[in-house]
This record gives sequence, structure tokens and C-alpha cells, in this order.
Amino acid sequence: MSSLALVSSLSLDISVSLPDSTPVFANENLIYARWLMAFSLGFHIVLSCFGVAFPALIYLAHRRGLKHDDHDALMLARRWAKAAAVLFAIGAVSGTLLSFEMGLLWPGLMGTFGDVIGLAFALEGIFFFLEAIFLGVYLYGWRGLPAKLHLLTLVPIAVSGVFGTFFILTVNAWMNSPAGFDIEHFQQTGEVIDIDPWAAMFNQSTLPQFLHMLPATYLVTGFLVASVYAVGILRGRDDRLHRLGLTIGFAVAAVAAPIQIVTGDLAARNVAENQPIKFAAMELIEETTTGVPFTIGGLIIDGEKVGAIEIPNGTSLLQDFDPNSTMEGLDSVPEELQPPVNVVRIAFQLMIVIGMGLLTLVVWGAFVRWRKGDLPLSNKWFLRALVVAGPASVLAMEAGWTTTEVGRQPWIARDVMLVADAVTTREGIAGLLIGLIVLYSGLASASIIVLKAMSARWRRGEDPPAPYGPMPLEIDEPEADPEPDLVDA
Amino acid sequence: MTALFAAGTFTLPNAVVAILWIGVVAYAVFGGADFGSGFWDFLAGTPEKGAAARKRIDASIGPVWEANHVWLIFVLVYLWTAFPTAFAALVTATFVPLIGAAVGIILRGAAFALRKSSGSLRQARFFGITFALSSVVTPFFFGAIAGAVASGRVPLDGQTDAWSVWLTPTSMLGGVLAVGVCAWLAGVFLAADAHRDGQPELAKSFTTRALVTGVVVGAISLVGIVILETDAPTLADGLERSGAPFVIVSGLGGLAAMWFLRQGEPGRARVPAAIAVVAIVVGWGAGQYPWILVDTIEIDEAAGARSTLWGLIIAFVFAGTVAVPPLIWMLRLSGVGSLSVGEARPDSSYAKLKALAPDDT
Ligand code: HDD
Ligand code: HEM
Ligand code: HEM
Repeated sequence: MSSLALVSSLSLDISVSLPDSTPVFANENLIYARWLMAFSLGFHIVLSCFGVAFPALIYLAHRRGLKHDDHDALMLARRWAKAAAVLFAIGAVSGTLLSFEMGLLWPGLMGTFGDVIGLAFALEGIFFFLEAIFLGVYLYGWRGLPAKLHLLTLVPIAVSGVFGTFFILTVNAWMNSPAGFDIEHFQQTGEVIDIDPWAAMFNQSTLPQFLHMLPATYLVTGFLVASVYAVGILRGRDDRLHRLGLTIGFAVAAVAAPIQIVTGDLAARNVAENQPIKFAAMELIEETTTGVPFTIGGLIIDGEKVGAIEIPNGTSLLQDFDPNSTMEGLDSVPEELQPPVNVVRIAFQLMIVIGMGLLTLVVWGAFVRWRKGDLPLSNKWFLRALVVAGPASVLAMEAGWTTTEVGRQPWIARDVMLVADAVTTREGIAGLLIGLIVLYSGLASASIIVLKAMSARWRRGEDPPAPYGPMPLEIDEPEADPEPDLVDA
Repeated sequence: MTALFAAGTFTLPNAVVAILWIGVVAYAVFGGADFGSGFWDFLAGTPEKGAAARKRIDASIGPVWEANHVWLIFVLVYLWTAFPTAFAALVTATFVPLIGAAVGIILRGAAFALRKSSGSLRQARFFGITFALSSVVTPFFFGAIAGAVASGRVPLDGQTDAWSVWLTPTSMLGGVLAVGVCAWLAGVFLAADAHRDGQPELAKSFTTRALVTGVVVGAISLVGIVILETDAPTLADGLERSGAPFVIVSGLGGLAAMWFLRQGEPGRARVPAAIAVVAIVVGWGAGQYPWILVDTIEIDEAAGARSTLWGLIIAFVFAGTVAVPPLIWMLRLSGVGSLSVGEARPDSSYAKLKALAPDDT
């Protein structure tokens, strides 16, 4: 409990240097456990974006198909539904692994704060339940349900995704801004009292993080879908189905992109206010200063800021609307309590650069559509940019998470519990990490192979191999119909 | 209500444990049938011979498995929220079988989804075998974990040998019984589904399988009594007292189900079969009451903050209101075959799709 003593001294604002005998990262499992967690989360988050946002895209296509007797749109909905079945299943099992890992890897966190943060997980579970129920009905309801009812089952799926995201994010927000118990008492005694699970849920980071994450799911899904069809069009499969698929994906992403940036600003303000050390890492503020410059580029190497362009007083002005405001620097905490600054910095800048790039692309598309009535789908450069936009938006999201999570280090719950005090005592985490990398690589390749096979089959108008397929042979489309390539991007 | 909780035996933590146990029961019945289906998938034989059985399995569990799976999440989450210290102890002690179960769950869910869409028979076979094997392995590990708790081997700090805590007679019994019960339940359900959908051949073959499994599971349970007496005395004792009525109900349910199977009425065997499973899981709970971790910590001691326990009750009521009606709706749709294969109804999305491209045949 050496770190507890450390924590309590912090809260009294006495800076201590840690005794040499008790390094913060005492447990050698720690680094592997963190990588394991990061890897599983980084994998799950991509699939969960589809879980949250794909139903909305499918809804748009399906509704269009029914309303306007649009065969292509209905066909898109049907194919997306099939792809969704695979993506959602993997999303669900990778999420289940995360639930296991919360306990397996971080018993110190769950054992101590389980009753503070657990309720959010319980509420999240309800929405996953709803999502899974209606998903089952939608995926298998193509033949047995009236079309209108069938279409409507997408609505609770999409809504549950929003609520599910909210509740899981409250947990992450809590780790950034702990609340809902007597923090001071805990820091002094290590005892958790006065628990209010609702206050824990609605902590200071909840709203900004939720408002920023939710559009991210739409942005990522929209651009990935648009990417896939852009590849198809570039490869010569330029038909109405591809154009429609691309347009729906792009439209959703176009709505999300500006929101993403506005809420990103909100998130940054919140970090500046509540998580000064993370902010210092994001903005390369080494020392507590007045009139903090806005820094473009740059890294900290051997304690020196290199390669940065500085705009005097910029950050102070941007964050506090006061060019001479004071901001805490990294040096306000002992080195052991500083996050790895360059990782945070690079990730943060990457997110912003990509975000701006995506917004530019959206503006381009929207402008042409406004002037000419349609997206510039004959412009090869626009299509190429879209091909890149899908993976780029995933990268931005992963970078955003890296900013959030690495920027919190070495705390698992900021200023309350160190990651080192939460990690399991079990040995062999390194082996698990290798195992999981192998497992997920296999899973990712298998999914890609299967999704590709699926789209190749669509292209040829064939059916699943009979002995295992659940459906009787079904005819999806005319033989000659060129098909979208779902996973070529 | 608060007064009732304050008054005595039925404490707030007890109420939450009861809810938690509903989750365990639901997972045992619904998730159990899904796992068992994988067992039969494995034994269905060559692609040609097993095609009908595998299609049946796909159609039966396809629409429901994800929802059924959420019960597991429910149990995990309620456990760590209501009993954080016991949860931390449990996961640390049973680290190895938990990882086994986690890997099993990943492989199983993914392989099941991928098989349906695989590009070739070879792929389908690969995913099929993965699905089937992981469906057997996963309940085994869960049973083994239950065995570690039931035999009082989980200490409060979780610090035990990673292997000897579950490589024990009770855990092996738990694992084998879990696999057996899943297989039995799935046999009954699949026979009933096949019977309903007019597949008499299949119905017959699943009936035979269920009958054989039923006998085997019954025999193992009898041996189990001896094992528990020596290896898990606290639970054995509890089963003879408060657990006894449930054990008896379970036995009767099992016999009734077997009888209906013999009569060639698998549809009627479903309910008694489910009762048998529900009763034995409830009996286990009653038998180990008031321990949350047998011989280590009791429910009341292990419980977390009261405000959170109330939150969990609210969440449960909320879940009951918003999630149970759709769940019942889904199970009914699937029960009457609206979610399986068959002819497309004329006003369905599928019929519309085909009508829009009439040359599409
Ligand atoms: C799709 C991708 C995406 C894009 C284009 C952006 N973000 Fe972002 N960002 C995320 C995706 C994301 C995220 C992955 O969703 C994060 C991680 C945690 C969270 O809540 O959202 C995130 C976190 C995050 C944080 C940390 C929040 C915290 O730790 O509490 C800040 C300060 C920003 N973002 C700011 C921005 C700004 C100023 C952007 C302007 C261009 C921006 N983001 C674009
Ligand atoms: C809402 C959901 C999330 C929760 C509850 C959560 C929880 C955690 C926990 C418990 C840890 C380990 C302790 C620590 O290092 O602080 C962690 C670390 C980490 N997580 Fe998250 N996380 C969430 C979302 C994500 C997502 C979506 C990503 C995507 C990539 C992510 C990336 C990481 C990384 C990179 C680390 C390791 C940080 C380091 O070791 O420096 N997290 N997270
Ligand atoms: C920002 C982070 C996260 C988001 C937006 C998110 C979203 C989702 C979504 C939408 C699903 C439904 C599955 C799908 O349709 O693909 C899902 C599944 C799941 N997630 Fe996550 N998730 C996040 C992080 C986490 C974390 C940190 C955990 C656990 C600690 C977790 C646990 C689960 C579980 C258990 C499931 C499976 C539910 C089922 O069986 O259907 N998720 N997640």
C-alpha cells in the first residue's frame, strides 16, 4: 500500500519523491496487463462502432428500399445485415472478453470500486440485451415478419447502441474523473465510504466523453462503409448500388464530422479543467506557466522540447479566453506520476490532423453536392480520398483513446488508484498477451476472408455451401449484377 | 419493503443474490441449450450425413444465442457490483479456468457466426469444428469454477495455486455435469424444434440422443453425491437440508422429460426438462446459502454499498420492464418458426425484394 501513502500525501499537496525501494511499477505483470487491455479494447472498439452505428445505416437503406420501391437500397440493407451478423457476433464476444479482463487483470480496481462503478455496467448490460434481442429478430426476420415491423426492429437496436455507449463510457469517464465516494477518506485510509453509484456515473468527464465518442461511432462506420464502395467503384464496379452504398455511408459521416470536432473541443476544455496533467502532456506544457503558447508539432526529448512551432499565449487564449492564464505543467507532479508525454502528444495531434482532414473531405463532398446535386463520384481523387478516410477515421479513434488512456497514466483512477495497485498478482500475463494477439489476428483474418467470400459470392449470385448453411438456397440478385466488395478497403 | 429487509433473514444482499441467481438459472437454461447444441453439432457426423442436424442447430440457436449469451454478462456484472471483494477473490483464484472459458466463448461465438457465411465447405468445416469444440470446453470450465466455489477452495485473498484450486474431484464433477446437462437440454430442445417443423427423422434422432444423455447424466449425478460428501461437505450438507426439495424436483422433472421423450412427444418434454435444470441450479444455491464463497465469506459480509445494491434492484426492475417483454416476444417468434427458414410471407421484406426484381430467379 505504499502508493496509498503517496496518494494521501498528494492530496495534501505535498510533493514527495517516492522512496527508491517502492517503484510505482513494482509488478512486472503490469506492462503486459496494460498491453493486453489496450489490445483487447482497441479491437473491440472498432467492432462496437459498427454495433452502435451500422443499424442506423441499415435503417436508412431499408427504409428507402421499402418506401421508394428501391431494389438496390433493399439489397444493400440485406447485404449489410449479413455483414452485420458477423461483425456483431465478434463485437459481442470481444466485449465479453473485456468483462472477464476487468476482473482477471484489474482485481484491485474491481475489488475496491466494484460497487462504485458496477451499476453502469449493469445498465449497459440491459441495453446490450435489448440490442441482441432485436438484432436476432431483424437478422432472421426477413421472411417471417411483415416488412414494416421488420424495419422497425432496427430502431431499438440503434437506440440501445446509444445508451449502451453512454453507460460504458461513464465507467471510462469515472476512471478519468473519479466521483461518487468520499475521495479524501479513501486517500487517507484506503477505505471506500459514502458510495453514490449515480454520482459516479454522472462525473465530470461523462458528458464530454459521451458527446465525443457517440459521433465517432457514426463517423467511423460511415467512412468505412463509404471506403468499401469507393474501392468497388474505383475497380470499375460503378453501378447504382455502389453509388447508393457510398452515399449513405458518406452522408452519415458528413453529419458526424463537424459534431466530432465541436465535441472534441468540448473534451479538450474539460481535460484542461479537470485533468491538468493529461492536458499538459497533450499540449507539451513542461512547466507551470502563465501565458501558455499554442504548440504545433514537437516532442520532448531528454527533457527538451524539440521541433515545435509555438504561437505565444495561444493555448491560454484558446482554453481560458485569456492570453495570460496560468496552466499546470508536467513538473507540478513528480516524474513518477507523469504520463509518457510523447505518446500522448503524438496521439493527440494525430487525432486532430485526421479530424481536420476528414472535415475537409466532408466539406468538399457537401459543396459539390450542393452545387451539382450529387457527390463527385466520377472524381477519382475524391474516391481515393474516401478509400483512405475509412481506415483514417479508425486511426483517429484509436489515437483518441490512446490520448485518453495513456494520458491518465500511471493512474487507473486518476489521483485515486495507481494501475500498479490494481493489477492482478497472477503470473503469465505475457503468455496471455501473445495468445490473444494470435487469437485476434486469426479472428480478424477469418472475418475478412469470410466477408470477402461473401461479397464474391454476391457478385456471382451464388449461395452459401449447403451442408452447413442455415438457409435454403436463396437467390439474392441477378447473375450479372456486379457486387460490392465489402472488405477490399 | 425496507422494513422487510431490515427485519431479518431476507436482507438486501439476499435480494440481490436472488436476482443474481435468476441470471445464473437463465444462463444455465438458455445458454446451456446453446452450448449443448454445439455438442451435437460436433457429433453430427460427416458434412453430408450431418447436414440436416447442423441446419437444424443453426436455425434453432441462430436468432437467440446472442441474447442468451447476455445472461453471462449479467451474472458477471451483478457479481462484481454487489460483491466486489468476493468477485476479486474468485477471479484471481480461478484465473485459469476463467481464461479457458473466455477463450471458449470467443471462439464459439465467432466461429458460429462465421460458419454461416463461409466461402467454402472447407472453411465451414473448420469453423464448425471450432464452434463445436469450444461449445464443449466452455461449460466444462464454468462447471469447474462452480466446483471451486462449492468445495470451499476460494480464499478471500484469492491467493491459491492456480491449478490445484480447480483440478479437484468437485470441479471435475461440475465440469462433466455441466457439459452433460447442456447436451441433454439441447437434445430435448432440438428434438422439439424438429418435431414442430415437421422433421420426424431428425426429431427421432435427437430424441434418442437426449434419452441416452439423460441416463448418463443421471448416473453421473448419483456418483456425484459420493464425491460431494467427501470433497465438498458444506455443500453436501446443505443439499441434504434446504437444497433437498429442489434436488427432488429436479429429479422428477428429469424423469418426466424422459418419459415424454419415450412417448415421442419431445415438445412436451421441454418444460419438465427446463424445470429439472432450474431446480438443480436453485438447489445448488439453496445448498450453499448463506455462503457466497463457501467456507470463506457469507453473502451479507461480502455485500457492497447499500446504495449500489438498491441501484441493482432498480436496474433489475428496469430490465424486467424494458427487456423481458421483447425477450418473450423474440422467444415466441422463434418458437412459432417466424425466425427460421420456411416460405417468405407475402408482405415480408424478402418478398418485396424479390418482387422488385421479378426476373431474378
Ligand atoms: C473518430 C475519430 C475522432 C476524431 C476525428 C477526433 N476525435 Fe477526439 N477522441 C476520439 C475520436 C476522435 C475518441 C476515440 O472517441 C475519444 C477517446 C475517448 C473519448 O471519449 O473519445 C477522443 C478523445 C479526445 C480527447 C480526450 C478526452 C478525455 O481524455 O477526456 C480530446 C481532448 C479530444 N478527443 C479532442 C479532439 C479534437 C480537438 C478533435 C478535433 C479535430 C478530435 N478530438 C477529433
Ligand atoms: C469505456 C471503455 C473503457 C474502459 C472502461 C477502459 C478501461 C481501461 C483499463 C481498466 C485499463 C488498464 C489500466 C490503465 O492502464 O489505466 C485501460 C488501459 C488502456 N486502455 Fe482503456 N478503457 C476503455 C476504452 C478504451 C478504448 C476503446 C481503447 C482503444 C484503444 C482504450 C485504450 C487503452 C490503452 C491504450 C490502455 C493502456 C494505457 C497504458 O498502458 O499506457 N481504452 N483501459
Ligand atoms: C467506448 C467503449 C465501448 C463501446 C462504445 C462499446 C460498445 C459496444 C457495443 C455496441 C456492443 C454490442 C456488440 C456489437 O453489436 O458489436 C458491445 C458489446 C459488448 N461490450 Fe462493449 N463497448 C465499449 C467498451 C467496452 C468495455 C470497456 C467493456 C467491458 C469492460 C465492454 C463490454 C462489452 C460486452 C460484455 C459486450 C457483449 C454484449 C453482448 O453479449 O451482446 N465494452 N460493446
